[in-house]
Amino acid sequence: MKYFNLIWSSLFRKKTRTALTMLSIFSAFLLFGLLSAVNALFSSSGTGEVATTRLVVQARTSFTVSLPMSMLPEIEAIPGVKAVSWRQWFGAVYDDSPNNVFGFAVPPARWVAMFPEWVMPEDQQRAFANTRTGIVVGKLAAEKWGWKIGDKLPLSSNIFPQKNGSKDWQFDIVGIFDGADENYRRQTSNQIYVNFDYFDEANQFGAGRAGIFNVQVENANQMEVVAAAIDARFLNSANETKSQTESEFQLGFARQIGDIGLIVTAILSAVMFTILLLTANTMAQSVRERIPELAVLKTLGFSDTTVLLLVLGEALLLVGVAGLAGMGMAALAGPGLTAGMGFPPLPFDAVVWGRALITMAVMAIVVGLLPALRAQRLSIIDALAGR
Amino acid sequence: MFKQIFAITLMNLRNLPERLGASLVIVVGLAGVVGVLTALLAMSEGLDSTLKATGRADRAMVLRGGSDSELNSGLDRDSATLITEQVGVRKGADGKPLASRELVLIAELPLKRSGTSGNVTLRGVEPAAFELRPDLKIIAGRKFESGLNEMLVGKGVTGQFEGAELGQVVRIRGADWTIVGVFESGNAHDSELWIDTDTAQSAFGRQGYSMVLVGLENTEVLPAFQAALKAETRLNVDAEAQSAYYARQSGGSTAMIRVLTTVVSFVMALGAIFAALNTMYASVSTRTTEIATLRAIGFGPMPVVVSVLIESMLLATIGGLLGGLAAWLIFNNYAVSTLGAGFTQVVFNFQVTPALLQSGMVLALAIGFIGGLLPALRAARMPVTVALREA
Repeated sequence: MKYFNLIWSSLFRKKTRTALTMLSIFSAFLLFGLLSAVNALFSSSGTGEVATTRLVVQARTSFTVSLPMSMLPEIEAIPGVKAVSWRQWFGAVYDDSPNNVFGFAVPPARWVAMFPEWVMPEDQQRAFANTRTGIVVGKLAAEKWGWKIGDKLPLSSNIFPQKNGSKDWQFDIVGIFDGADENYRRQTSNQIYVNFDYFDEANQFGAGRAGIFNVQVENANQMEVVAAAIDARFLNSANETKSQTESEFQLGFARQIGDIGLIVTAILSAVMFTILLLTANTMAQSVRERIPELAVLKTLGFSDTTVLLLVLGEALLLVGVAGLAGMGMAALAGPGLTAGMGFPPLPFDAVVWGRALITMAVMAIVVGLLPALRAQRLSIIDALAGR
Repeated sequence: MFKQIFAITLMNLRNLPERLGASLVIVVGLAGVVGVLTALLAMSEGLDSTLKATGRADRAMVLRGGSDSELNSGLDRDSATLITEQVGVRKGADGKPLASRELVLIAELPLKRSGTSGNVTLRGVEPAAFELRPDLKIIAGRKFESGLNEMLVGKGVTGQFEGAELGQVVRIRGADWTIVGVFESGNAHDSELWIDTDTAQSAFGRQGYSMVLVGLENTEVLPAFQAALKAETRLNVDAEAQSAYYARQSGGSTAMIRVLTTVVSFVMALGAIFAALNTMYASVSTRTTEIATLRAIGFGPMPVVVSVLIESMLLATIGGLLGGLAAWLIFNNYAVSTLGAGFTQVVFNFQVTPALLQSGMVLALAIGFIGGLLPALRAARMPVTVALREA
């Protein structure tokens, strides 16, 4: 650390060049941060302890095909099944803007019991179960639109009209749920749940359509057996099922959008390769210009290894300062960017940061190593003689 | 003056090979920016044109009132028939109204790219559907026969999904369907499975339809057709031109790609400008003596500025061309699929059009210009005596 000032001042020996190089690296890591977070957003699935014992049972044809309520007792009778809930996609549209809220009709008591990741005070849980026209909304969504408990919430459905033919529904906000941790809290930005009983009665298409079933299994190592048993039970019936774990279900959904990971990796490879080339060129040039100075350092008694480390340190500082600034900027600007598009805030978690730090370290070593080795091998006499 | 510019520029370019490493930074940087930009725009363009090609202004889609997509719509048998009898509907070759009452469902097939399931549109159509959509050609096998569990698949489905080749059997809702033909229409229908609508109704226990597609006598007759439907009290339906419907579908799907493209290109372009500036500053500074000598023997500042600009823009052009070429070679007609409106997969090809390549080149030239300007001005402003002494 005692050489920090020396490294710092040699880094800014040519201010324009260093500043420009840093700005390029800054841009690269700004992009790195944003794209990695987008990738994490799409690949993040309902992880965590609770989700590992839950199955999603959907119609084999497609999850958009509703399974009937009549299947409920049959699923409950399958050995290993601890609890069953269900949800119907409501096709909710708020404020005339599609896709800004994800609304489901759920049986309140079963939903509360099966999804502990959504945290809600007990009186609100009771109110949800006891209010026919009740709706509970995510914390971030409530903050975004200024919803309060007791408010009437007008929603339209792009699928289900009411019995009177109107697609405009009205619900009473009876609860606001928070996520059990940061990851779940992010998902509260667009989720809402309405009381299934009311929905089932009031919609024009008739009662008894459950949508998909959520099945809680007694313990995690029975997951596959229970899933297979459910699918076998309904094989060759009019309602063949496909049962999978929650994370498989969500991952499958993300993969439908496309190979986001591949696109992100391709773009970032192109960017990082360019920046690598640029920075390597800058470092090589910078060391070339300083050969006499490095020789003086060696004359003063700096060892070969110290000189090597000085140059490597410079590279690390160059990439580190600019890279961290870029990542910081991405973390600041990212959430605003996605909120405008109706997505949940981008997750800047330890994984994204960890990847960025590793990339910076690798980049610093790659660009710094050759110049550093050159500096290490420098012979004082040749260097001072300008040979 | 032009003679001077010519002389200096030629001199600069001749000693470019000596500055190869630094010059490559501009070339590679620009190739990256233009390549990524072109590829992303080609993706957006491909999706957009595939969806838009599906719709035509002389065909109208009739959905249940208030439904914004085929999947959310539903019409009973009587309504569907009544719709085909309204004013403005063209007569088909058989003298009957040219209309296809269609049932749209979703089926799942395994995606080749991930092995996980993807949603495919399953469309039940009437014979008139083929006359209504003349772009659609059977490229292998034959049409399905009514009453049999036979299926036609779009060309895109065959490419993107497992088990959707001619002759294979697809199991949907407990019924087996044999693929008897493959069709190509160059639009969103290529991502669909087609079966006979009556067979579909009995196989899936549906009484009604999702949508009625009617051929209009001409594009001007749509308002009259819409008015006739409104006046018919037994109906609660909305009709719109098929082209308007698919333009709407395209809007939502391409918006996300557009935001991604804008952000990525902007940040990359910024990085490339800094890289170009850096390279050109270095290029000018290694030639300080040279430039000062030229100035001393009577060359004006203008030729110096122009020569530096030409150098950076030339390098940028080479980079841009390489990037555009790479994008074209790798991605042109590259078929992918994504989740379209209504939760089903839309298969489309990347389209690297001349217009896209041109906008890529404009960007490259702009970056080359900005990256060269400041260093060029510095070179021209440098006092001759100072510059000569420095060296």
